Amino acid sequence: MHIVIVGLSHKTAPVEVREKLAFAPTAMERPLRLMLELAPVAEGLIVSTCNRVELCAATKEPEAAMAALRRFLAEYHEISTEEINSNLYSYQGEEAIRHLFRVASSLDSMVLGEPQILGQIKTAYGYAAEFKTAGLILNRFLHKAFSVAKRVRTETAIASNAVSVSFAAVELARKIFDRLDNKAVMIIGAGEMCELAARHFVTNGVSKVLVTNRTFERAEKLAAEFNGKAIPFEYFVEHLAEVDIVMTSTGAPNFILGQRQMEEVLKRRKNRPMFLIDIAVPRDIDPKVNSLDNAYLYDVDDLQGVVQANLKERQKEAGKAEAIVEQEIGQFYQWLGNLEVKPTIIALRRKLEEIRQQELDKTFGNLKDLTDSQRRSIEAMAGAIINKVLHQPTAILKRTQNDTSGEDYVDAVRTLFDLPGPTGDDKEIKPLDDTDQE
Amino acid sequence: MTANVLLFKITLLTYFAATIFYLIGVISRKESVRLAAVWLLSGGFVLHCSTLVARWFATGITPVASLYESLSFFAWALVGIYLIFYLRYRTIMLGAFITPLALVLMIIGSAAPKQAPALNPMLDSWWFPVHVTLAFLGHAVFAIAAAAGIMYLLQERMLKSKKFSGLFYRLPSLDTLDSMNYKCLTFGFPLMTMGIISGAIWANSAWGGYWRWDPKETWALISWFLYAALLHGRLTVGWRGRRAAIFAIIGFAFLLFTFFGVNLFLSGEHSFRNFTGQ
Repeated sequence: MHIVIVGLSHKTAPVEVREKLAFAPTAMERPLRLMLELAPVAEGLIVSTCNRVELCAATKEPEAAMAALRRFLAEYHEISTEEINSNLYSYQGEEAIRHLFRVASSLDSMVLGEPQILGQIKTAYGYAAEFKTAGLILNRFLHKAFSVAKRVRTETAIASNAVSVSFAAVELARKIFDRLDNKAVMIIGAGEMCELAARHFVTNGVSKVLVTNRTFERAEKLAAEFNGKAIPFEYFVEHLAEVDIVMTSTGAPNFILGQRQMEEVLKRRKNRPMFLIDIAVPRDIDPKVNSLDNAYLYDVDDLQGVVQANLKERQKEAGKAEAIVEQEIGQFYQWLGNLEVKPTIIALRRKLEEIRQQELDKTFGNLKDLTDSQRRSIEAMAGAIINKVLHQPTAILKRTQNDTSGEDYVDAVRTLFDLPGPTGDDKEIKPLDDTDQE
Repeated sequence: MTANVLLFKITLLTYFAATIFYLIGVISRKESVRLAAVWLLSGGFVLHCSTLVARWFATGITPVASLYESLSFFAWALVGIYLIFYLRYRTIMLGAFITPLALVLMIIGSAAPKQAPALNPMLDSWWFPVHVTLAFLGHAVFAIAAAAGIMYLLQERMLKSKKFSGLFYRLPSLDTLDSMNYKCLTFGFPLMTMGIISGAIWANSAWGGYWRWDPKETWALISWFLYAALLHGRLTVGWRGRRAAIFAIIGFAFLLFTFFGVNLFLSGEHSFRNFTGQ
């Protein structure tokens, strides 16, 4: 049995193509069933996100299956094959395994290390399991991919640093304050960006939110969203000493907060540190404020810089992640190879032969005065028992090797008789509950 | 080689191994490295405890009377206090400062003469172990404060300049480091104060005078005033962060000078020569 993948991603196709080839997440049953009807496809799975579409199948005829999947993708979306051919990639065997492991570990993502892709693949697998289009091979394959992704996440720092501006702000705040749960935020100017960052702060524990805006109604509206308090714009400086984090995004042409005012505020706070985030252009806060002790001022460019640095840090970790993927490919590939019938029968026979030899040696050790002909007949009897025992299992393995259930028998025999080779670990089917969030 | 000196050498080797793991731990993110570092250091600490006990039995006096003994004792206090801090803060970075320091003290100690100090009637007082133990525990706590101070300055520098190295991801938050500074101050200052008072009482019972302005006493008093100023500043006018970190570093530099400089360069009642008759 082979694994093949046909697909496209943000690396091979622009969004105009990707959106045409996407599968609606609410109606996965039909495409999955149609995919399974393709002659060479034994098991099937469809991953469809805004950045990629992956058709993954288990098959006995990889070349035919890849061609069929390409046609299927085009026909299903009513596009000519030629139109999308240049956007598609197809992988088989080891390459297909590597591809899915890398995708699941977020090594192929647009934002390296972003956590959503794993959840999306889990959902895709959920559908394939629900509609029974995934069998033994894809079950193992996907669970292996999940465990590889998990290893990558725990053993490397690929996902540990924020790569969006608003998350970077939260992360920086943690480097200053450690815990955010007893901290207060002031939002100056009810812009969209501020709102997003404020939401991140609130989900990360910030308990008190003050909002101020030139139009008081907007401040009130936003404050209500966060269970916060609106403050008239004229008085916001007086409330600054109460808050630890300040976010500004007003359209003011000049600085609304200067060094002198901040000096005063810090004194009133007994020098407790303040984190000021100025995402307005032109800037709202005098950059000289950053030179004050215990005040940390970041503007948009600074936050972008942090994001870039974090991305670089992630790239460094990607090498380690690739090494983990390579390690796991070998193991899984070997398991897949072991599902072949012939080597399994040979291994089974060898195993029983070994047992026969051991037991004969033991018996002959105890019965020293047997004649040669007696020994031969005992040996023959043991051989006959093995042949009789093996007859039925061998026949079934041979008969079913072209059915979809063939691999199940091979796998069962390998497990029952403890035949050498990896048994394709991670058998336990974990509930699909790890909803990852950055 | 007597048993206690052998134990000392094994302890030193264990600290050496722990130091290596702590320094690797600064670069690596592996949990196993962190665990190895902490377990090696804890193991070294247990060995160190038995070293001190063995020395005590061998010489019959609290093992802080010679340069060798007091260096060993200082290192012991340092590691012990760090391990207590580790239970609370779980940071390997702190250990990356403290463990090498303890190791250096041990290495200098291993070069110092190890014979038992000559019996001296002055040492035959309960105030002697009390004074020395309090003083060294205080030193150890302030060493932690200084290490936290260095980490604070590094972290603050990166946050201000917005240039982040790999260290940024591993150093604790400014708030944590500053709270360490405060904790150290609230433990270290009373220890140091009691250390000085018990020393004065001991001096009075041994020489009939509380204070003789010998160099060590003078330098210790200067350090004490420095820490007193920091504590006062923290409690009343809200000194914190950078300023507190710098104070903690300077304070510990003074303490180190009080300990080494006075013993090595200046002479006075606190010099070990007076104890050991060298």
